[in-house]
Amino acid sequence: MTTAGSLPGTPDEPVLIYDRIGKNKRQTWLMMAVFVVLVGALVTALSYLLGGSWPVLPFVYAGLLAWVLFSYYMSSSIALGVSGARQVTREDEPELCRIVENLSIGSGLPMPKVYVIEDSAPNAFATGRDPKHASVAATRGLLDKLDKAELEGVMAHEMSHVGNYDIRVMTITVVLVGIIALLADFAMRWAWFGAGSRGSNKNKGGAAAIIVIVAIVLAILAPIAAQLIHLAISRQREYLADASGALLCRNPDALARALEKISADREPLEVANKATAHLYIENPLKEHTSFLNNMFSTHPPVQERIRLLRAM
Amino acid sequence: MALWITLGVIAVVLILLVFTVIGMYNGLVRARLRVKEAWSGIDVQLKRRTDLIPNLVETVKGYASHEKDTLENVTRARAMLQQAGTPAQAAEANNMLTQTLRSLFAVAEAYPDLKANQNFLDLQNELSDIEEKIAYARQFYNTNVLSYNEKTATFPTVMFANMFNFEPAEFFEAEEAEREAPRVSFASPPATPSAGPSAGPPAAPPAPGT
Repeated sequence: MTTAGSLPGTPDEPVLIYDRIGKNKRQTWLMMAVFVVLVGALVTALSYLLGGSWPVLPFVYAGLLAWVLFSYYMSSSIALGVSGARQVTREDEPELCRIVENLSIGSGLPMPKVYVIEDSAPNAFATGRDPKHASVAATRGLLDKLDKAELEGVMAHEMSHVGNYDIRVMTITVVLVGIIALLADFAMRWAWFGAGSRGSNKNKGGAAAIIVIVAIVLAILAPIAAQLIHLAISRQREYLADASGALLCRNPDALARALEKISADREPLEVANKATAHLYIENPLKEHTSFLNNMFSTHPPVQERIRLLRAM
Repeated sequence: MALWITLGVIAVVLILLVFTVIGMYNGLVRARLRVKEAWSGIDVQLKRRTDLIPNLVETVKGYASHEKDTLENVTRARAMLQQAGTPAQAAEANNMLTQTLRSLFAVAEAYPDLKANQNFLDLQNELSDIEEKIAYARQFYNTNVLSYNEKTATFPTVMFANMFNFEPAEFFEAEEAEREAPRVSFASPPATPSAGPSAGPPAAPPAPGT
């Protein structure tokens, strides 16, 4: 048994899950380290540029470490929270819960918590720091628009993310770097529209300068954050989850049909944003116009995923 | 001097060898443990299934008391499942139970009152849920058996497998689709291919390593 890392579409080749788990754990550490070092260095450099070292620097470093810890433990709650996900029980959603339960039996994983997002756009994601603290979420649209086999395929994809610790890397990204992505997006928009027209009111020069500096910092951080998010997603991750999900539910065709339905649906998922988009099984934002959107575009082309599934 | 170097090399090689052996042995033990754990996943569902049968039989009796043969077959398959000592026996009994239940539900079609009975409907739903779960648990179990058996049969772990009695585990085979059409009445008691052997525990622990 060898891993076929470059051949995500080979279903009969069991990808060594222990390799994936180790890689994901290492990647989480790497991401945290890169984050602390980069942001720490940036703040330090800024403090020297603006005249002497700030006395607050140690606090900034402590804050960064706290932020890393916070995102490790709290990211999944935050991802679920900002998505408006509501935990459901067997009584609320018998079919969804039964499917998830069956899949957790089939994969030998503990039963994750099940959430539903009241949104008519079909999509789903998994989150958590390890299989024991995992959650899967499906939108109302997904439950309404897919049949049982297709829903099973989607949830099998999500359970694969849970099983190989993809969720740890993907979720920590939400809080660790997602906030920067969101703020950078906001700053760019503000610089574009706000600064020119509303600059004439009685803002003091100093405040404006600080805002400009913050905007510049964010503009520097944005590509770094984007790069980190890319690290967390990687096309291979989705292909592998498709392949092992298909293996788990024994029905690659149903997953392919589900992906077709999800991608054909033009309705954007309102509760998704740039920080959480990469969690979903298929890009929930549905628009690729601006430069920033392209930079953050994360999902592998769905046609290719469907083709690989059909070839199984 | 040369002697010491030689001795040192030999010692290092020996130590490495010992560690490799320990690692391989532990790998075998771990794989066998995984099989055992996966078996308990099936076992839980089989128990749930056998627990539901008496209730089902009673309910059906209330409406269709003269379908004696069908009911008896179900009860007999259940008893077989309870007595099964190995995964293979459990699989066989479970497949038989699946077939007899299928004919029971087919017979039930003729009794509208029974079909409308809420208790019966609940049982039917729960049994079909269990059947799905057994299929998933079987998938997980067989994957683990496959990887364990591979270890016990391939070099170099096969050496220790033989030395320490790591016997290959049994698969939990699914019923081959329509291997035999569900016979509604087969009234010959000795037709049971392998009646439970020695009075094993009601639920079969995996054979290997016990």
